[in-house]
Amino acid sequence: MAELIAKTPCEGLLPLTVGGVSLTEENPGVMTVVAPFRGREAALAQAMRAAHGVAFPAPNRSAVRAGARAIWFGRGQALLVGPEPDPSLAEHAALTDQSDAWALVRIEGERVEDVLARLVPVDLRVRLFKRGHTARTLIGHMAGSVTRVGPRAFQLIVFRSMAATLVHEVRTAMEAIAARGVLEG
Amino acid sequence: MRVAGKGLLAGARPVTFSFDGVRYRGLEGDTLASALLANGVRLVGRSFKYHRPRGVLTAGSEEPNALLTIGRGAGQEPNVRATVQEIYDGLEARSQNRWPSLGFDLLSVNDLAAPFLGAGFYYKTFMWPKSFWEKVYEPLIRRSAGLGALSREANPDRYEKAFAFCDVLVIGGGPAGLMAALAAGRAGADVILADEDARMGGRALAESWEIGGRSAHLWVDDVLAELAAMENVRLMPRTCVVGAYDQGTYGALERVGQHLPRSGSARPVECFWRIVARRAVLAAGALERPVAFRNNDRPGIMMAGAVRAYLNRWGVAPGRRVAVFGNNDDAHRTARDLVAAGVHVAGLIDSRHDAPRARDFRVWRGAVVCDSAGRKGLENITIRTARGKEKLQADCLAMSGGWNPSVHLACHMNGRPVWRRDIAAFVPLPGAVPGLEAVGAANGAFSTAACLREGAEAGARAAEALGFGAAVPDLPEAEDDPCRIAPLWSVPGRGRAWLDFQNDVTVKDVKQAAAENFRSVEHMKRYTTQGMATDQGKNSNVAALAVLADATGRSIPETGTTTFRPPYSPVSIAALGAGAQGKGFAPERFSTSHAASVEHGAPMIEAGLWYRPSYFPKPGETHWRQSCDREVRMVREAVGVCDVSTLGKIDLQGPDVGAFLDFVYTNTFSTLKVGRVRYGLMLREDGFVMDDGTCARLGENRWLMTTTTAAAGEVMRHLEWVHQALRPDLDLRFVSVTEQWAQFAVAGPKARELLNGLLDAPLAQADWPFMACGAVSVLGVRGRLFRISFSGEQGYEIAVPARFGDSLFRELVARAEALGGGPYGMEALNVLRIEKGFITHAEIHGRTTAYDIGMQGMVSEKKDCIGKTLSQRAGLMDPDRERLVGLKPVGAVKQITAGAHLFNRGEAPVRVNDQGYVTSVGFSPTLGHMIGLAFLRRGPERIGEVVRLVDHLRGIDTECEVVNPVFYDPEGGRMRG
Repeated sequence: MAELIAKTPCEGLLPLTVGGVSLTEENPGVMTVVAPFRGREAALAQAMRAAHGVAFPAPNRSAVRAGARAIWFGRGQALLVGPEPDPSLAEHAALTDQSDAWALVRIEGERVEDVLARLVPVDLRVRLFKRGHTARTLIGHMAGSVTRVGPRAFQLIVFRSMAATLVHEVRTAMEAIAARGVLEG
Repeated sequence: MRVAGKGLLAGARPVTFSFDGVRYRGLEGDTLASALLANGVRLVGRSFKYHRPRGVLTAGSEEPNALLTIGRGAGQEPNVRATVQEIYDGLEARSQNRWPSLGFDLLSVNDLAAPFLGAGFYYKTFMWPKSFWEKVYEPLIRRSAGLGALSREANPDRYEKAFAFCDVLVIGGGPAGLMAALAAGRAGADVILADEDARMGGRALAESWEIGGRSAHLWVDDVLAELAAMENVRLMPRTCVVGAYDQGTYGALERVGQHLPRSGSARPVECFWRIVARRAVLAAGALERPVAFRNNDRPGIMMAGAVRAYLNRWGVAPGRRVAVFGNNDDAHRTARDLVAAGVHVAGLIDSRHDAPRARDFRVWRGAVVCDSAGRKGLENITIRTARGKEKLQADCLAMSGGWNPSVHLACHMNGRPVWRRDIAAFVPLPGAVPGLEAVGAANGAFSTAACLREGAEAGARAAEALGFGAAVPDLPEAEDDPCRIAPLWSVPGRGRAWLDFQNDVTVKDVKQAAAENFRSVEHMKRYTTQGMATDQGKNSNVAALAVLADATGRSIPETGTTTFRPPYSPVSIAALGAGAQGKGFAPERFSTSHAASVEHGAPMIEAGLWYRPSYFPKPGETHWRQSCDREVRMVREAVGVCDVSTLGKIDLQGPDVGAFLDFVYTNTFSTLKVGRVRYGLMLREDGFVMDDGTCARLGENRWLMTTTTAAAGEVMRHLEWVHQALRPDLDLRFVSVTEQWAQFAVAGPKARELLNGLLDAPLAQADWPFMACGAVSVLGVRGRLFRISFSGEQGYEIAVPARFGDSLFRELVARAEALGGGPYGMEALNVLRIEKGFITHAEIHGRTTAYDIGMQGMVSEKKDCIGKTLSQRAGLMDPDRERLVGLKPVGAVKQITAGAHLFNRGEAPVRVNDQGYVTSVGFSPTLGHMIGLAFLRRGPERIGEVVRLVDHLRGIDTECEVVNPVFYDPEGGRMRG
């Protein structure tokens, strides 16, 4: 009996390390866009907290609890990453499976902010863009999602179909930073 | 030549470079200009129009004369200012705008023709015949008057763009800027200090004065060390802030690798920065202005401040016998510094009768320099005093007409600078750029003490305004000489006196403009080209407008300045377009079947950002038509597989989805049963067709809309607009799921047979009629199946989560091949749909209505929808409109081409007789001839008529018969069967 084989978005493209900055593909598990129906925001937030321990995030914020991450994902939308969404959520929100729709990568390293400064037009200084802060913005030419997940680490999300371009653009920026590094040594 | 013991390059490493093929030695830290002067090279270029010999005029980025080409081959860079370019081992520089050589330039005959080449010459002379301007005159003029040239090859170098953010941006690293950065930095604000020079310090490196009781450069070193140690301060040398934009955004160009050999590494040559700052301090200093006198453009005539800079910073004396000419006290510093360094000062000519006297050199008071001589470099000057004229031997003249504050950035948002009579200069209008404060020389405060004070105060003010507790740092002691100046713009007399060195504009040209009534400074600028060269008039604007003011009998403030626009300093297009070369131009979207398609040898073509297979060649097929014909027959006779994942897919959920769809589609969707699909048409608000596609009802409150590949983004945006702005009352949410699902069309008489091998439960004919949809299990994976057809055959689209796309595509293709079928590409897909008369964006191209494409019946009369009212405008329902028909060839030439126009038989194929145009064509292997879709006036009424088809571009003139646009199986029996 034949069997369908699963492939990740960045298969064959990652991991990658240049100049001390690494780019790796994350295995996010289930990804669901949670979008509350009219007037159901409060009820949804409560249901999310009860079922997954994370509230519906405010704009430009995300929350993590025990393997579940809720990332603000646009107007009235959150991306629930990790668990299968609890059925109780469906009462208050449209749930749309996005597990295969996005390439999700982690970029980390001493000069990660310098690399992202080549790609992301958003102020990512740690004083303002703290761990858990998130933005829907540009990553190079691509519309994507940027979240700080550590002092020197970010999570980037772009369309699955653009995974190759993401890797190309990040690699180009990493190489330029690495080349400057040698220079300033 | 170098002066022993002078300058800041003591102990620097020797560097070898070449200029026009001759090898020279310089020191690390030299600019090309300082190194050439150190080697006694005075002639470095030819002027733009008259091809006059020119030498280095300045020591900064405002340099108008010393423009050189750096490097060779594809990456050679023209118009590089020698005063900015640092030297490195192996640097190759060449002069420009000369032929055959710099020393002997044939086009210098232009200089002899100068009486004819004044302002407006080109406009007046090359008027006739009109058509000659573009074809003959302009190319000729452009060739003879020119700058350096690009290689005309693709640039191999890397450039980059980047973003930066800070609390306080300090522009300029001289005494004022350093103090501002210090004050804001100590307060804890995030500070970016950008300076265009490789070494920060500004005039503190160029002057002999002291700060805090020490040599100024030592004070600079200490401040820079303190700033470098602060985590919140970022020093950006070699970074020129070139523009001030809205919301505190500044553009800046950083020279990252221009001062280093092009190593082919990933290091960018330049980086274009967008810096967003909450506050900015403009400490850009001031630019010294020349005085216009006859022949003031010879190599060896330089700015007085530049002579001091070469002497004090680079240890270079630009001449052996230097004369100084000025109208202000600052010029005297030049003579004093030269004398102190042991350089012979021939004398100082000061236009002021009350000029200070000096012990160490002769001072001509109330005198002017009125002429100069020397073929390829200055040999002597003529001095005019009350007593008459006398000649003075000098190989260098240091001139100073005073200083112009660098107000440019403060004026980029259309604020006009303010004239200050006491210093005879324009200063920035406070508040002209929100959040930006000008300080120091840029603000007209010329003494070092004033610069330090204004910088410190502004830095503290900026930090304090942002909530940082700031204190004004202690001010070190420094000179506080008053600015004493008496305006002198041009020395009266015969002959040509240059204002704009780079564009060869003289005092006479400006007066000529005024005489011809180009009295507005903006008109004068355009008539004479003053200020329009790469230096953007930095050296000439104020003097030119002063001359204009005089010629028109107005004051300087009345005359006003021209508009300051970014960039302050030239920015290479390569930097602005950084990252957009090659694959950086646009993202590439690859569907899950991409790798397998490429393995099959399919040429991939772009469809928007997506890449889709054109056709799948088989061994022995040498032409795409062979593959395409085979693939069409394969679908008609067996089964074909095609990736349709690129079509937009939108998941809609909520109790009001039905009502929402009724509003955005022309036809009714709310009545659709669960498990069924319906074709829908969407109009724009103006009544024209926007997009078409199917929409499936997956559940009571869940629907899946598909869009065309091309309009996926547009439709999503449209839905957002409709929901947010027009129908916020409807309770629904929608999300794009284009990327979530890999979806494949399986079409042909053997489609069901193929699918049954993959589905865990075989398809029961009765359960899956045409336009059915539902959940299926595909080899154990949860998928979706839609019984829809874009080919006219029994067709399905099967969808699985994208992670399985590659695997499912390979499985489908292998099984199709076993049934005598296989994959098909865009070419075959196109032929199949034309045979069926199905439209794409070739037909719904933005100018066609539902009526035009024969779908007026789909605009429901029972309800309203977006675009309905406007689609009913009389002109849009006119039967005379061009409407959709099919075409088949008749006559000898069996060709139909897309883009061809249609005419009535016997009428001339000209615009006024136009009857319509062809939108889609293909060779139908099913019918054995070309077929086409077209829009024809009153088309549906003319079935059976023969029309003339003319393709003016391809030279085709033939006839075709107008037919029903559905060529194949018009009853749809095959699709439903």
